[in-house]
Amino acid sequence: MKIGIVCPYAWGVPGGVQFHIRDFSEELMARGHSVSVLAPGGEDDHAPPYVVKAGRPVSVPYNGSVARILFGPRAAARVRRWLTDGDFDVVHIHEPETMSLGLLATWWADMPVVGTFHQATDRSRAMSAARGILQSSVEKLSARIAVSEEARRTLVQHLGGDPVLIPNGLYVDRFNVPARPEWRSDGGTLSFLGRVDEPRKGLPVLLAAWPGIRAKMPDARLLVAGPGDTSEIRQAIPAEHRDSVTFLGAVSDEDKAAMLASSDIYVAPHTGGESFGIVLVEAMAAGAPVLASDLVAFRAVLDDGRLGALVPIGDADALADEACALLADPDRRRQYRDAASVAVRRYDWSELAGEVLAVYEMVMAVGSPANRVFRMPRR
Amino acid sequence: MMWILIVVGALLLLGVYLSWTAGRLDRLHARVDASRAVLDAELLRRSASALELATAGLLDPATSVVVADAASRARTVNEESRYQAESDLTAVLCTGLDDPQDLAALREEIPGLGQPLDELGMACRRAAHARRFHNEMVRGAQRLRRKLLVRWLRLAGHAPWPETVELDDTVPRGFNG
Repeated sequence: MKIGIVCPYAWGVPGGVQFHIRDFSEELMARGHSVSVLAPGGEDDHAPPYVVKAGRPVSVPYNGSVARILFGPRAAARVRRWLTDGDFDVVHIHEPETMSLGLLATWWADMPVVGTFHQATDRSRAMSAARGILQSSVEKLSARIAVSEEARRTLVQHLGGDPVLIPNGLYVDRFNVPARPEWRSDGGTLSFLGRVDEPRKGLPVLLAAWPGIRAKMPDARLLVAGPGDTSEIRQAIPAEHRDSVTFLGAVSDEDKAAMLASSDIYVAPHTGGESFGIVLVEAMAAGAPVLASDLVAFRAVLDDGRLGALVPIGDADALADEACALLADPDRRRQYRDAASVAVRRYDWSELAGEVLAVYEMVMAVGSPANRVFRMPRR
Repeated sequence: MMWILIVVGALLLLGVYLSWTAGRLDRLHARVDASRAVLDAELLRRSASALELATAGLLDPATSVVVADAASRARTVNEESRYQAESDLTAVLCTGLDDPQDLAALREEIPGLGQPLDELGMACRRAAHARRFHNEMVRGAQRLRRKLLVRWLRLAGHAPWPETVELDDTVPRGFNG
């Protein structure tokens, strides 16, 4: 099958959607399909050979803020050339509502188009004047996929219909790595993953809970991985606990897996804005018992608490109590670990790629709505 | 003289619009039929996987018999009862294969159970996706057929009113790990 995938964000910038597309494309190629990914980026940006760069995005005012968007006649021409050269059986567009390549590709494609929606944001404020154009572009999608129940709900509210739900994937085996002794503490190792200066990732909640955890577990240590300026955050930690918190900065995929594998508890104290929670699945794949705030998305991933512990959102005291209880209860941690190691298989690309391919087969069997006002010239 | 030209022009435009709409409707019906065929194929695949699991001699006899019965009914029943039989198969699968922990234990205990179980899980998901996909297609056709001109001028001809397929295709919780 010849598959064209449109990535809305620059390939060089690390992000969930980019990783998702990278892993999924590699899985498809391993299965013998031919894949071409169209992504924003300049000629000199580093990218694997299957990525076609569509040019550099520019900053323009859009939708009440400044967005980096790829637009203009040259970008449009590149998208058209990519579609013609690729001669795809199916085109898969991620975040079709992003004012970028996705919109152009949906517009020009005359093969079946599948759209995947990642975000679960409230779109009511957005796109007043542009709404009509975006709406008609979304209607051209032959099939729509949402990556989480929340993303699906947003989609149904704003556009109606009944999109299918296929969650984000990962390669489970890549997280099956040994622990690093230098990151371990016999008194209990906790870990956190996410931008340290983005409050909704919840690091402030965890740090507020930290003295309480250390009061009961004096030898516990905390590993914090994620980009962001740490100097102020470090200063804000009480001096007697400062050495027990290790800031690892932005970590590679290998280090991330190793950190999770070294953890007695992976803490996800997010306060909102998470539509799926792939990090929880990553922690589960690495064998780290999960302690997460009770967000809808996290509750779904943890199967109502069967696969990990849930605590009220933003409640540092509850977080400290539950972390201590969990550290003191190796049996419960083993239960979580065992149940999670089975459950994560559902998220392995070997499973999920099959589901997405099933959707491709469906749209190909049905064909594209050959009803365009503008038809792409065929060579 | 002028008004004749205007009327002729307007009639021409109307004619173009009507034939375009009729063509659109025709293609939409063809797509509805195609997606229905996909759905039927996926449902067959699901009942085949269920039957295979039930007849492999890996599960306990009671579960095997109940699953095999529901699966073969779904495959052989007449057209009117077809979707009811598929819903019944779902109910059986959801009852028998609902506990992720039980299934995980069984997977460890019985070698060779993993593969047919995974295949059935995938078939259940594919069938559920196919039904959503088909129903979206049907709703698109229904929207067009509700338009006044389409109804008054019977642009749809004798094509039957497209109906969504309603059945329970819940994926058993056991397959979610």
